[in-house]
Amino acid sequence: MKITNKISLTAALITGSLMASVSFSGQAEMVLKRGNGAEPGSLDPQIAEGVPSSHITRDIFEGLTAEDPQGNIIPGIAESWDISPDGKIYTFHLRDAQWSNGEPVTAHDFVYGWQRAVNPATGSEYSFLLYPVVNAQDIANGKITDVSELGVRAIDDKTFEVKLNGSTPYILGMINHSVAMPVHKATVDKYGERWTKPRNIVTNGAFHLTEWTPQSRIVISKSDTYWDKSAVKLDKVIFYPTEDQNAELKRYRAGELDWTYEVPNDQIRWIKANLADEFRAGNYLGTYYYGFNTEQPPFKDNINLRKALSMAVDREILTDKIVTAGEVPAYSLVVPGVTGYEPIYLDFKSLSKEARLAEARRLYKEAGYSKQNPLTVELRYNTNENHKKIAIAIASMWKNAFGAKVNLVNEEWKVYLETRKQKKVTQIFRAGWIGDYNDPNTFLELFLSDSGLNDIGFDSAEYDKLNMEASLEKDPAKRAALLARAERIFLDSHSLAPIYHYVVKRMVKPYVKGYSINVMDHSRDKYIYLEK
Amino acid sequence: MFKYTVKRLLGAIPTIFIIITVAFFLIRTAPGGPFDKERTVPPEVQANLNAVYHLDDPLWQQYVYYLKNVVQGDFGPSFQYRDYSVTELIGTGFPTSLTLGGIAILLALVLGATLGSIAALYQNSKIDYAVMATAMTGITIPNFVMAPLLTLIFGVYLSWLPVGGWGDSWNQAVLPIIALALPQIAYIARLTRGSMIEVLRSNFIRTARAKGLPHRSVITRHAMKAALLPVVSYLGPAAAAIITGSVVIEQIFGIPGIGRYFVQGALNRDYTLVMGVVIFYGTLIILFNLIVDLLYGYLDPKTRLQ
Repeated sequence: MKITNKISLTAALITGSLMASVSFSGQAEMVLKRGNGAEPGSLDPQIAEGVPSSHITRDIFEGLTAEDPQGNIIPGIAESWDISPDGKIYTFHLRDAQWSNGEPVTAHDFVYGWQRAVNPATGSEYSFLLYPVVNAQDIANGKITDVSELGVRAIDDKTFEVKLNGSTPYILGMINHSVAMPVHKATVDKYGERWTKPRNIVTNGAFHLTEWTPQSRIVISKSDTYWDKSAVKLDKVIFYPTEDQNAELKRYRAGELDWTYEVPNDQIRWIKANLADEFRAGNYLGTYYYGFNTEQPPFKDNINLRKALSMAVDREILTDKIVTAGEVPAYSLVVPGVTGYEPIYLDFKSLSKEARLAEARRLYKEAGYSKQNPLTVELRYNTNENHKKIAIAIASMWKNAFGAKVNLVNEEWKVYLETRKQKKVTQIFRAGWIGDYNDPNTFLELFLSDSGLNDIGFDSAEYDKLNMEASLEKDPAKRAALLARAERIFLDSHSLAPIYHYVVKRMVKPYVKGYSINVMDHSRDKYIYLEK
Repeated sequence: MFKYTVKRLLGAIPTIFIIITVAFFLIRTAPGGPFDKERTVPPEVQANLNAVYHLDDPLWQQYVYYLKNVVQGDFGPSFQYRDYSVTELIGTGFPTSLTLGGIAILLALVLGATLGSIAALYQNSKIDYAVMATAMTGITIPNFVMAPLLTLIFGVYLSWLPVGGWGDSWNQAVLPIIALALPQIAYIARLTRGSMIEVLRSNFIRTARAKGLPHRSVITRHAMKAALLPVVSYLGPAAAAIITGSVVIEQIFGIPGIGRYFVQGALNRDYTLVMGVVIFYGTLIILFNLIVDLLYGYLDPKTRLQ
């Protein structure tokens, strides 16, 4: 009796599990597992900042404009838009789109989202992106207390109008940022700070947030209410926090991830030898550079010394031997390839290595230094293996070229940022900048004399003026010419030495299709599918 | 016993208060603040943020404000993970950390005590040397070396076990628990061996043997209990070591526990999160030490209080 019982139970279990496995393979879900760097700070579009959050907000929310896989601007929730002749008024015509709770997405939702972004009470770190909009800055700094003064309005449910201070040709790319995404007001009002929790959140993107376990995983599922849902192929995307790049690579190799957030620099050689097919790299909208503190000696009023040091950096050796993922040697601040802009380069780019070195030595002497009286200088970077290797290499280039004594100093990130900002003890420091939108302005605005990011102390009235003129110029070609003149002035001052332009680099399994690297690294899971 | 426990618990309050105070001011002396990023925000936005989080009040006022909230069990909002409160984050992280740390310490106790006793019983034999050599290696190799090694061998090369993550399947827990427990297994094994050797030579064991008790019951009933006393008193430090170890292990294996918040919190200058974790861990260790002392009293009549 006992035995027969056991047998029948086993049989039932076997058939049961067989049936389960059959039904499973019959409707296999298409799930993409992505490594996503650090745990996102927030998924609230107006509060979110940082790349990891942006990868997710871009999937679960959709703004007026969107991007195709190559990163070109295409219509999003706005089906089309009109631009006034002076370029200052944009009128967006919204399509029939729904929130995940079935309600229609209206122009009022955008008005609310944008007002919320500039409202000081929200504490948004990216509100400044909306400063081109009339009254945005005054509302953010409290000069105007009524947020409805912001230059946006809903003409009707389907028409959203934006008034700008000046013609801002990059606005269509900029409003891709989550800070300009619509938000469902009733949900925010009802749940307050808890509105982004999976059980509360209402979204309008291709995916909907279904699980968020901090430091463990964020799961988004295909949305049934998305206007373009037939184009969405993935059923689910799971984002795993992966701060440790080496651990991430191991998880990828073990098959636990389909897609990595980054690739550790010291593994690239191994990857190229063993997993070359799965290694994806492409230009990224960013520049890695060494800044000179022009407010303190020895670089204050010493262009010859700055230029000599910049010329003696062999950028090709650095990108061939040290960073190796396909980074491009940099001779400009604005990344070449920015839309509608002809690149401007440092004046010595065309010289041969020998000629550069000879000229560098001459300038070094002219600056008052020699073998007997060598330059002693501090090179500062934030603690990181990659930065360290580059610093060592460049220090030795300067030692070989001039006999200069370079002391390397490293500091923990937040300490480093503070030191840099004070411009007191820094001499040469490492920095990098990734553009926020595809326009030269995202780089050139850094070094306006009143910019909070101007850690080199660059101060040129002419430069400020050209940038100001460009911001008011309507004609794109004329505007580009003004910006190019500004960059020329900046590069000729040799206030920083561009080293290389960044690359986007990640591992992607061969069965992941529809992915294309773009300069903004804005990938949308809407376009991705798996072919296993 | 009850009176003693109450007395100890009351005595813990000033300790915790000092921990809070020191941690509160210490983390604020570190340069940089929670909202200092490479992309510096305009001064007016910075001011907005500071106002939202009371960072623009004088420091002592912030301190009083914080203390008041902590007494009411509110650790405040996280500066970095702005959609979560610190209490929520600790609440979701603690079960994971407890599972990880609890199993690791149990494993360390059982394996460590067993290996240590075996080594002692076969003192100066090959088994003894093998156990002690392994233990020595376990103590000397730090877990941030051991953990990646284990993942490389068992995860990547052999593909036996997952190399990271938590909660998808039970076997994700295997490598982190082993990596976390290894140094403690080694330490407890050495401790047990030492005290077991001493106990085996003591008079009461000789007496037990002289009375003709079988070998097995001499070891398990008499020797073991006495030999484990130093191990019990080591449990306090062991718990502390497991907690500090988990900070590293959780980071390497991508485990959503509290230890990871501690590291991230410190790097991000997430004042409230770091404070929350410090207070939580501080209280935990104080409680654990109390339990160990009570247990010790039960095991060793000499230390029992009147």
